[in-house]
Order: sequence, then C-alpha cells, then structure tokens
Amino acid sequence: MEVTANWYLVLGAVIFVIGAVGLLLRRNPLVMLMCVELMLNGVNLTFVTFSRELGDIAGQTVVFFVLVVAAAEVVVGLGLIVAILRRRPGATADDLNMLRG
Amino acid sequence: MLDLVWLIPAFPLAAFLLLVVLGRRMGDPAAGWVATLAAAGSFAASVLVLVGLLREETEGRVFEQVLFEWIPVGDLSVEAGFLVDPLAVAMVLFVTGVATLIFVYSIGYMRGDPKYSKYFVYLSLFLFAMTMLVLGNNMVVTFIGWEGVGACSYFLIAFWHRDMVNAVAGKKAFVTNRIGDWGYMVAMFLVWTTLGTLTYTEIFERTGGLAETTATAISLLLLLAAAGKSAQIPLFVWLPDAMAGPTPVSALIHAATMVTAGVYVLIRMSPVLDLSDTALWAVAIVGTATALIGALAALAQNDIKRVLAYSTISQLGYMFLAVGTGAYVAALFHMITHAAFKALLFLGAGSVIHGMDGEQDMRRMGGLARAMPVTAVTFAVGALAIAGVPPLSGFWSKDEILAATWDFSPVLWAVALADVVITGYYMARQFILVFLGRPRWGAEIDGQEPQGEVHPHESPAIMSLPLVVLAVAAATLGVLNLPLVDDWLVLEHFMEPTLEDVAHVLTLSTAAKVTLAAISIAAALAGIVVAFRRFLGRRAVAPDALEPQLLQSAFGIDDATSWAVAGPGYTAFEAVALADEQLVDGAVEGIGRVAMGSGRRLRVLQSGYVRNYAIGIGLGSLALVLLFLTRAGL
Amino acid sequence: MVEVVVFILAAVVCVVGALGVVLARNPVHAALMLVMTLFGIAVLFVAQEAHFLAVVQVIVYAGAIVVLILFVIMLLGVDEARELQLRALPAQLPAALVFAAVSLGVLVTVVVSVDDPATGLPGLGGAIDDSVPNVEQLAISLFGDYVYAFELTSVLLVIAVVSAVVLARRPSRQERAQLEALRAEDLAAAEAERAEEQSGYDQPDDDQPGDDRTGDERTVDDEQVRR
Repeated sequence: MEVTANWYLVLGAVIFVIGAVGLLLRRNPLVMLMCVELMLNGVNLTFVTFSRELGDIAGQTVVFFVLVVAAAEVVVGLGLIVAILRRRPGATADDLNMLRG
Repeated sequence: MLDLVWLIPAFPLAAFLLLVVLGRRMGDPAAGWVATLAAAGSFAASVLVLVGLLREETEGRVFEQVLFEWIPVGDLSVEAGFLVDPLAVAMVLFVTGVATLIFVYSIGYMRGDPKYSKYFVYLSLFLFAMTMLVLGNNMVVTFIGWEGVGACSYFLIAFWHRDMVNAVAGKKAFVTNRIGDWGYMVAMFLVWTTLGTLTYTEIFERTGGLAETTATAISLLLLLAAAGKSAQIPLFVWLPDAMAGPTPVSALIHAATMVTAGVYVLIRMSPVLDLSDTALWAVAIVGTATALIGALAALAQNDIKRVLAYSTISQLGYMFLAVGTGAYVAALFHMITHAAFKALLFLGAGSVIHGMDGEQDMRRMGGLARAMPVTAVTFAVGALAIAGVPPLSGFWSKDEILAATWDFSPVLWAVALADVVITGYYMARQFILVFLGRPRWGAEIDGQEPQGEVHPHESPAIMSLPLVVLAVAAATLGVLNLPLVDDWLVLEHFMEPTLEDVAHVLTLSTAAKVTLAAISIAAALAGIVVAFRRFLGRRAVAPDALEPQLLQSAFGIDDATSWAVAGPGYTAFEAVALADEQLVDGAVEGIGRVAMGSGRRLRVLQSGYVRNYAIGIGLGSLALVLLFLTRAGL
Repeated sequence: MVEVVVFILAAVVCVVGALGVVLARNPVHAALMLVMTLFGIAVLFVAQEAHFLAVVQVIVYAGAIVVLILFVIMLLGVDEARELQLRALPAQLPAALVFAAVSLGVLVTVVVSVDDPATGLPGLGGAIDDSVPNVEQLAISLFGDYVYAFELTSVLLVIAVVSAVVLARRPSRQERAQLEALRAEDLAAAEAERAEEQSGYDQPDDDQPGDDRTGDERTVDDEQVRR
C-alpha cells in the first residue's frame, strides 16, 4: 500500500471540518480563534499536497503567506479580545450581540 | 390693427395683478377707476380690432394670433392663441362695452364697502377670463376662460361671505357649473380622439370625417356644459340664488356675459352641431322648456332681483331655441340686445335697492317713479325692450327668433309665443309694483316689520349715467339687424364668414314675416295690459295675493335637486369616499404593512450572534460548492 | 512502508489534537491540543518534502501564535465554569452537525471518486527541482514571482502591530474611570441576560423605536402583544 495524495487530502478535509464545527459550537472567543487556526492548517496541508502533486512551488509559497496572515490575524484578534474582555470579564461570543437587528 | 388683439385680455389682467398687490392701498375709489380704465382699454382695443377686421375682404376675415405653443405633447399641440373672426369680435365688443359701463356703475354702488378693492380684483380677473374664453383659438384656451369665469362667479356671489346664505349660494353655483364643466371636458376629449386636434380652424376643416353619432355625442355634451353655464333646465338652480351677490355682479356676470358663454360655445362649435339633427332638436326643446318655466316662475317672485334672474333664464332659453333652429345669427343678435337691456334692468334694480337702503322685496315698494325719475324711465325702456315692443331692440331680436322657430316647428313657435305674453306680463307687473301705484314702504309682510325708515332717493350720477347709456343702447341696437331689406341685415352679413355654412336660411315671404311680427307685438301688448288691469286698475289685487307657490319655486325643480343631492346623492358620495378610504388607501397602506410585517419576521435572522452568521456562511458556501460540482457533471 | 506508518501516526496525532481543541473544557487544554496538532502537521509537511515550511510551522505557529494565545488566556483568567455545555443557540447544534456531515461527505467523495485529484497543469515558473534545496526554491518563487504580495504582507504586519498597540494600550485616567463605570454596568446587564438565557431565547424586547411610532395604532398592538 502506498501513501497517495488522496490520503493527505482526506486528512486535510477532516481537520478542516473539525475546526469548522468547533468554531460553530464553542463560545469562548479564544477557543474559537484556535479553531480558526485548525481550519487554516487543514488548508495548508492541502496546498502542500497539491504542490507536490503538480510539482509547483507556488503551493508552498501560498502556505507561507497563509502563515504570515494567520499570525497577523491572531495579533489583531487577541488585541480585540483583550480590549473587550477587559470591560466585560466573562463575555462569550454570545454576549457580543449588539449588532442585533 | 389686428395684432392688437392680445391687448384685449391683457388690460384686465394687468389691472388684476396691479390691484392684487396695491389694491388695498389704493382704496376707494382709486381701485375702481384703475379697473374701469383697464376695461375701457379693453373695449378700445376691441374697437380697433373690429376696424382692422373690417378692412379685410369678407372671405379673409379670419385671423389668428398665436402667443406661444403651450402644450406640445406628442400629436397634441395646444397653443396659447387668439382667433379673431366676426363671431369673436362681436362677442368681445359687447362684453367689454357692457363691462366698462358696469365697472363705472360699481364705483358708485360699492362705495363704502370694506372690501372695495377686492371686488375690483375679482371683476378684473373675470373680465380677463371672459375675454380669453371668447378669443381663444382652441378648445383648451376657451376652457381656461370657462373655468375662470366660473371661479370668479363663485368669488363674487359669495362676496359678502360672512353671511352664510351668500356663501352657500356661491358654493351652489360652483358645484352646478362643475357638472357642466364635466360635459365640456368629455366633449373636448371626444373631439381630440375623433378629429385629432383642438384648434377651431382645424376642427372646422375636418368635420367632414365626423360620424353623425359622434357629432351628436359631442353636441349633447356641449349642451350639458352650456346648460350649466347658461342656466338651462335642469342646471339653472344656481342662478336665482346667485342674486345674493352685489347687483352689478348680477348685471355683468349673470345677465350679460358669463351666462352667454354657453350660447357662445354652441355657436362656435356650430359646424359640429350642424351635423346632428338630434342634437339641434335637443337644444331647441331644452331652450323652449326653459324659456317657459323661467317666465312662469318670474311672474310669481317677490324679490326684485329674482324676477330678473328667472327672466334671464327665460331669455337664455330663447337663445338656445334660436341655436336649435339653426338661426345662429338671431341667437347672437338676441345675446347682444339682451346684454344691453338686462344689464340696464339689473342696474336699475340696483339703483332702486340703493335708494331704498337695501330693501329688495317688491311688496314694500311702489310709487318710486316720483322719487327716482331717471331710474324709472330707464327701467321702463328696458322693460319694454325685453317685452318685445317695437321699435326697441328687443323686438327685432326676439322677432327674428320667432320667425326662425315658426319655420322650424310651429309647435315650438306656439310655446314661444305664450312666452312672449308671459314676459310682457311679468315685466309690467314688476314695473307697476316698484314704480307705480301708492307707496307701500314700510309695509308689514308675513307678519314682519321692515328694518328702519325708508327715504327713497335717486342714485348719484355715477350710477345713473350708465343707466342712461344702456337705455339708449337698448333702444337703438335694433339697427344691427333690421329685416325686410337685405342691406339692413348688418349683423347677418358681418357673420357670414363664420356662419354661412351652417346657418339655416329663412324661407319666409315678407308677408309671412310681417304677420308673425304683428302677432308677437299683439302678444306682448296683451301681457302688459293684463298686468296693468290686475295690479293698477280699480279692481287692483293686493301684491302679496295668491301667486301660486308652485310657480314661485319654479315648479319645485330647485328643491327637488337639493333633495336629491342631499339625500340619495349624499349616500352615493359617502359610498365613494368610503371606497376610496378602504380600497385605495387600504391598498397603499397595505403595501406598507406588508413591508413592515415581513421585515419583522425577517429580523429574526439578525440575531447578533456571530455563530449564527458563521453557520450561514458555512451552509451558503456549501451550497455553492454543491452547485458547482453538479454543474461540472461529477 | 515507513511512509505509511509515519502517515498514520501523524494523522492520528492531528485528529486527536483537533478533537481535543474542540472538545476540551479548559481553554488551556485546548491550546495544548492545538500544539499537538501543529506538530502533526509539521511532520506531514516533512513527509511531503516541504522542509522549510515544516520548520516555519513549528517556530511561528506553535512557538509564537499558540504562546500568544496562552498569554492572553492567562492574562484574562478566562472563566471556564460557564462553558457548561456545547449547548448553543437554537438550531445551532443540528445545523452544525449537518454542515459537518455534508461538507465532509462532499470533500471525501470528490477526492475519492476522482483518479487524479490534481487536475491543474504543472507550474511553468516554479517547477520543483529536487536537486535544488527546498529553501532556495521557495526563496526564488517568493522574491521573484510573488515579491509584490510579499511587500504587501509586510505592510499587513505593520498594521497588525500598530493595531495591537492601539487596542491594548493603557487608558488615560479619565477613560479608566469611565471604564470602571461601564464595567460595573455591563456586569450587571450581563448577569441579568444570562439569567434569562436559561429560560430559552425569545424575541428581543427592546425593539427598535420608530417603526411603530408613526401614529398607526394597528402595528403597535403586535409589539405589545409580544411583550
């Protein structure tokens, strides 16, 4: 038996879906952020897999950028969370519903 | 000369604008003189236009002056323009002429009234509208004038509106007129859809292509319009009540000018009218019936002005009758003479009222000839003229109508003849009750004492002078169209360019004409004699005896219409209003309510929770992916 | 053979870690589980001969990002007691499960049913040349074809830093006083809301003013009934 690209792709999909479900169901903002990271990782895995399949280095370049952007995103997100939780120490994602229509 | 035609409406318009702004400050009597000058200017311009017209060859006596194109919409092109032809010039001459005299009279009559300048504002506006009506070169400009005179009539009837009676009378006039206006509008629409134009000259060119039923429809609608404006059955009910306005107003608007607008429209549209025998018969019958009912009602009235009001209705009926028989020239002729003697009679009545300090009930008058000689003499001239006694003008015009009627239908002629008798009777009755016999001033009527002492006096010169001028006119205007010698038929020849094709040519022998004339003179004199014997002779009857209530209320037509409108009519109005509220407003509001309701339901989606939104995104993108996959054919 | 074993081990590590992130009650545990997943992914990167990325993954992701997250968790003392259940908003749980099932199904089906999932053409400019070290290839691509994007991401990082400074700065004295007051107020409001939360979510009762102040009686009735 050989490890084909399909295995990696399925694994990437599984990680992505787990991350998505976690994002939808958890209320703690920090945990939600971590779930986002999970999703990104799943996608990264997929990109690298295709990079190897197609023999194109661009896939890895994309992953590089994803990494950078994820870092920036975490920085800003944590800043927001800090700012909000300072005022309302016990807030969850559900408490931030002031945009309700 | 002919291009001066625009001055005719321009003068009163300028006076109107000037008085609206500065009238109050000008006050009594300057405002009146401004208005009068404008009216005189209008008259002078009319004379000049006449001169200009006469200079043209007979065939070429049709002149149009277009100021600008007013409504250019697709195929429809309505101009703001004037049509100068013999008909228009004839009308505008007597309109502005009589108006000027009445303006002068008003300066004296309205002296001391707190709303002096406003009166002249309305009068000037009225004159402007009337001239536009007569001079317009298409149906729309005429309609503007038509509506304008209706509005001014309303303003002026309700001039002393603090007294509720006057306000109600004004409202009644306007509403009744409106019914006629509807007729005019629908006629306009019909003309537009069938002939494709609203300009008179073009309409007359295209009448060849008009089916008889269409022509009948248009003509009947115009008859409805004219009936409203010219107080024919059944839309005359506003005219007697309109006497609530100042007497000069009654003279100008409700005797000489506005009420003739209906007849004018019918004459103007005579090429269309001529195509439909049915319509012509309808006009003739309406006219005859109105003439009879008006006359019968006149002989039972006690108010000096109401007699004249019903008399006007009756005389207008004569004009309609003339139109119906095809004798358009006779109708126009009678319009002119009627303007003169009816204005004279009204102004005379105003003079009497003025001299009697406001008393209008004839049962409290009598013996005024000694106190008001000028008024008495001029009034007598007017009365004889309207009765149709030669050589006064009324005889010539009325006789012409009677001749044409005989030629058309002897039955109608008989009714018209009866009318002549009654006319002589009621005018004589009025004259006797007011000016002759023993004074009954301050008499008690129906158990009521009059208000205060009465010292009758003649009116000031400013009021008497117009009376004299009008009396002269009433006496002499007959020369316009003397029969028997063709050259003397001035008016008829003058009108040929306009009316030649449609006028019914009289085929009576000279002998027949003379016989008919003799019969009508005899009839008039008979009526007068009966009145004298009844009211002045040894076996004179007391004035408040036994005029049947039926006649006094004009056969109850007025009361009937009031009942119909207030009763079943009102229910209909309420139903329409309710439908409007529920259906129309309901639909509009319903849209709003639907929007709000659906918005409220959709608001649930905006929960404010990030996770809800996230799942929305997730499911949405999933759906998209599935869509792409299925389309890619996997 | 070795490959298979490596893959399976790494895969198990990843999935367990992922499930741990989602299911852990304590956020610190969740963070540690995330680290585990990241390591697993790094191993898989190496297996795919993306060496540079594997290293960067460990250093940046596991070493910096997760550490940051842990800092914040510690700093704020996130209360774990109220993360009672996975109970969520109405219909959230079923919807999430549906989403998960369907998407997973779709993805797997697509992958499995196609012989060769990689349908794109081989890149022209960046073909992997095994003779050149991976770092060098990545560098050539990054600073060559994608230099513009590279510069933009550096700008992005600057912005992120600036925003972090702004968001987290110490408020002035006046602002602090206001913050205290607001915090007390928010606390009370939050408590009240949470009490209501237990009885189920219902329609918001602080409905917008204005839509039924237009003077029409009929619409006001609806609102009042619902209150």
